[in-house]
Amino acid sequence: MADTPVEYIKHHLQNLTYGKLEAGYERFDGSVMSESGWTFARTAQEAADMGFMAIHVDTLGWSIAMGVLFLGLFRFVAKRVTTGVPGGLQNLVEVTVEFIENLVKDGFHARNPLIAPLALTIFVWILLMNVLKLIPVDYIPTIAHAMGLEYFKIVPTTDPNATFGMSIGVFLLIIFYSLKVKGVTGFAKELGMQPFNHWALIPVNLVLEILVLIVKPISLALRLFGNMYAGEVVFILIALLPLWAQWTLNVPWAIFHILVIPLQAFIFTMLTIVYLAAAHEDH
Amino acid sequence: MNINLTLIGQSIAFAIFVWFCVKYVWPPITAAMEARQKKIADGLSAADRASLDLELAQEKAAQQMQQAKEEAAVLIDQANKRAAQIVEASKDDARKEGEKLIEQARAEIQQERVQARDALRTEVALLAIAGAEKILETSVDAKAHSEMLDKLAAQL
Repeated sequence: MADTPVEYIKHHLQNLTYGKLEAGYERFDGSVMSESGWTFARTAQEAADMGFMAIHVDTLGWSIAMGVLFLGLFRFVAKRVTTGVPGGLQNLVEVTVEFIENLVKDGFHARNPLIAPLALTIFVWILLMNVLKLIPVDYIPTIAHAMGLEYFKIVPTTDPNATFGMSIGVFLLIIFYSLKVKGVTGFAKELGMQPFNHWALIPVNLVLEILVLIVKPISLALRLFGNMYAGEVVFILIALLPLWAQWTLNVPWAIFHILVIPLQAFIFTMLTIVYLAAAHEDH
Repeated sequence: MNINLTLIGQSIAFAIFVWFCVKYVWPPITAAMEARQKKIADGLSAADRASLDLELAQEKAAQQMQQAKEEAAVLIDQANKRAAQIVEASKDDARKEGEKLIEQARAEIQQERVQARDALRTEVALLAIAGAEKILETSVDAKAHSEMLDKLAAQL
């Protein structure tokens, strides 16, 4: 574990990375890799040096766990669903489903059976991943450390890989439906002939529109990541305070996050719906 | 904060979760919700219909009640009239019967009077004859003097 505050913060913001180190790489303890191979990074430097060929085991593990929890819960209800008086759990699920259904109904006017379940998945999944943030910052890393894992960051949405992973999925859907609904020429026209409807300005339009298109997934991912990451940093900073003083800041900040957590999940969901609605609009 | 394979892993997980949700989670839940909505809507409309029916039935019942009252009033009226008629008629009958009885009695009295008079007359004639016989000390031949006796009787 870390000693100085800076090390403590850095330690808490480092993912558990399992990646490939090339042959000849000098490890943290001075040993040299005799041949390239996959291993857990023991320092931040090692994690960075692994480059793209690495996996954040904690991010993937917790996000998949939350996704499985979400789908398991909802599938459990879906199997036992009754049209009569619903029980508590079914009520909770139905409220969520109805909430998403209304969002989609209001924001999305084309017919596409994928959009509403997609929005539900995004909303509940992000919500569950964000909720992990309310677990005190030292609990899980301490347990992980006891199990011999150097780093452990449990909130997947504080990892840009997770948020970008989702926003890229949304981005691909935007491209796919733009092409499907408008056709290749329609989509090209939309990119080239807007906002200035003149042939001479096609290059300008292209630059503008492609920028607009690419900004969509980036803004989606960075907004969620930024909010969650910043919140996490503040939680870690608060954790540096003396024990008796922590609650004075920790409690208000956690209460504030009860608002932030669903809000960020909602914004991601809402923007996904809006972007996909725009992709379905034929001019 | 390094971008690495996690990105792709997350995208794949995302795709799988969305697929599962589209296929196995969303349809049954929304179907059940729609079915319940329909059930509730049906129930509400049935309740509306029932209350309308009730109103109609009440109206009809009130109408029938009114009609029954009117009919009863008419019947009572008729019965009263009929009773009055019967009383009147029986009074009439009684009067007639009484008059008839009085008439009969009168006739009988008259008859008896005539009979009594006749008997008296005969008796008086006989008495007269007896008296005459006493006076004449002879018997009167009833046959020979019947004409005279009849005249006498007629004068009495």
